[in-house]
Amino acid sequence: MSTAVIHTPAEGAAEPRTTYLNAGHTLKSWLLTLDHKRIGILYLLGVSFFFLIGGIYATLIRLELLTPQGDLVTAQTYNKLFTQHGIMMTFFFLIPSIPAVFGNFLLPIMIGAKDVAFPRLNLLSWYIYMTGALFASYAMFAGGVDTGWTFYPPYSTNYANTYVIATGLGIFIVGFSSILTGLNFIVTIHTMRAPGMTWYRLPLFVWAQYATSLIQVLGTPVLAITLLLVALERTVGVGIFDPRLGGDPVLFQHLFWFYSHPAVYIMVLPAMGVVSEIIATFSRKPIFGYKFVAFSSLAIAVFGFLVWGHHMFTSSQSVYAGMIFSLISYAVAIPSAIKVFNWTATMYRGSISYDSPMLYAMGFIGLFLIGGLTGLFLAALGLDVHVHDTYFVVAHFHYVMVGGSLLAYLGAMHYWWPKMTGRLYPEGWARFAALVVFVGFNLTFFPQFILGYLGMPRRYYTYVPEFQLLHVLSSVGASILAVGLILPAIYLLWSLKRGPIAPADPWMATGLEWRTSSPPPPENFERTPVVTWNAYEFRSKEETEVIGPMGKPDVSERK
Amino acid sequence: MSEHIVPKKTYYAVFGALMVLTALTVFVARFDLPGILNITVALTVAVIKATLVVLYFMHVRYSSRLTQVIVAAGIFWLVIMLVLTASDYVTRNLLAPVARISM
Repeated sequence: MSTAVIHTPAEGAAEPRTTYLNAGHTLKSWLLTLDHKRIGILYLLGVSFFFLIGGIYATLIRLELLTPQGDLVTAQTYNKLFTQHGIMMTFFFLIPSIPAVFGNFLLPIMIGAKDVAFPRLNLLSWYIYMTGALFASYAMFAGGVDTGWTFYPPYSTNYANTYVIATGLGIFIVGFSSILTGLNFIVTIHTMRAPGMTWYRLPLFVWAQYATSLIQVLGTPVLAITLLLVALERTVGVGIFDPRLGGDPVLFQHLFWFYSHPAVYIMVLPAMGVVSEIIATFSRKPIFGYKFVAFSSLAIAVFGFLVWGHHMFTSSQSVYAGMIFSLISYAVAIPSAIKVFNWTATMYRGSISYDSPMLYAMGFIGLFLIGGLTGLFLAALGLDVHVHDTYFVVAHFHYVMVGGSLLAYLGAMHYWWPKMTGRLYPEGWARFAALVVFVGFNLTFFPQFILGYLGMPRRYYTYVPEFQLLHVLSSVGASILAVGLILPAIYLLWSLKRGPIAPADPWMATGLEWRTSSPPPPENFERTPVVTWNAYEFRSKEETEVIGPMGKPDVSERK
Repeated sequence: MSEHIVPKKTYYAVFGALMVLTALTVFVARFDLPGILNITVALTVAVIKATLVVLYFMHVRYSSRLTQVIVAAGIFWLVIMLVLTASDYVTRNLLAPVARISM
């Protein structure tokens, strides 16, 4: 810097660096951007909004369930509340959350590319997401839908007189954004890896995204067709699901769960990828059994397609089919367990630091373990008859979705926030929030296991007085969880303006994304990186080459 | 992937084959074949036609191995959906013991 004396001293020693954030300031530069990082931020805004909406519905549900009788809303309104909660959280938050936000932002940087393979398709996917969201929002404000997020016929096809088609169309459309993102990632991983970035040098987040993308591309079209058939049956009475016209309502369940069970893995596989990154970084050890963790993602993606019938044990599905589905469902536990054991083995004798991303990752391991093991309860043919459609199921999938995916999402948010924004957040508050989330989550959902086992059915807005204590505990937990979610919203937004400037690699981590500046320049790297090291190869600071803009401090615009 | 140029002759031949197969479907539809043969014949012809379209009109035959694997995976996943769904429909009526007990 001693030679760079062109500037007057009054301007300060730091020369403003072009980052993806200050590369253009107009609204147009955001709405028509082809930069994968900006598209990731656009998705972040979209999914955050729908998370908020879904959260408001959850709040209303928990308020109604404070007392045994229905005193806040009518039964009809309650039906709409849990339906909208499920639809918003599943299709508009969880499925796009980690892939579309962090996948978009990080995947090209992690493999050393300038962008995804099809940047225009990437932007299109965001517009498709917003269009689908528009339809679903229209249905929501016009009066909502009350079929449950699963749209089971004959109720959805013959009887429900709410906005089934508009909502279904919204989900139909948003599915294409999911397909395009998946397609883009598959091609990007195959064709855009930097020199030296072999398959076995890929970060495990990339492997997880690859497995997720396969599910998105192979599964989503089936959901689209199924919802289209529901719409056709409602409008012109095509006899696919109506027995009077020669159809079969159980066929809907087959088609719906062919996508919607693998969709669970769309939500949880990227979360597992995030956890692998965080565990390695904060244990300062390479992931134990890298190849096993990588291939277990693919195994989960494939097995995930073979188990959907375990949602249908109490439908009129054949018992023999049930046996097959039950058996294969148990098999999914194997790759899932491989991951959990390997994360634990990575932490064993590691140099663990309890920074906030690590707290979320460790929370994920524990809660996913409970969610996964209770899944085995439900995959058992006999026990499922007892707990099917009870709060046991509700608790189970919230342990996987919230305890798993949401915690990993928050962990990813904290882990990569300095990279995405160039700012550090207050670590003390972040750790406190992580603990509040963990406590609030368990208090919300653990009582629901007991409720379900005692026989409280899901989707009821009244219940017998004996259940009130457990329901009150759950509602109190939900309030605590809400505090734990509002806290990060406050301090993360605060850090955007007031947070300390983040260095390129605040965690001393190993991925390529930490070798460019924070926030990254529009083209990610100053030159194409040549990868000569394996993933999670920890080295001393001096040996770590920085491929970001050199010689200039990490200062984005200061005003 | 590669710029493979397919002679016009091939396209005409495939088009002709598709037309002939369409005619065959229409012709066979005039007869009521015994058992499940009606649907078997119709589906067989349809699968042959779809295969021709995928291989020639969609250039999969001249594409890279990776593209072919992707196409095969798509078909394989369709088979998964059909076979496992059929595992329900085919075995649903095998619960004969229940009927016997009720009698």
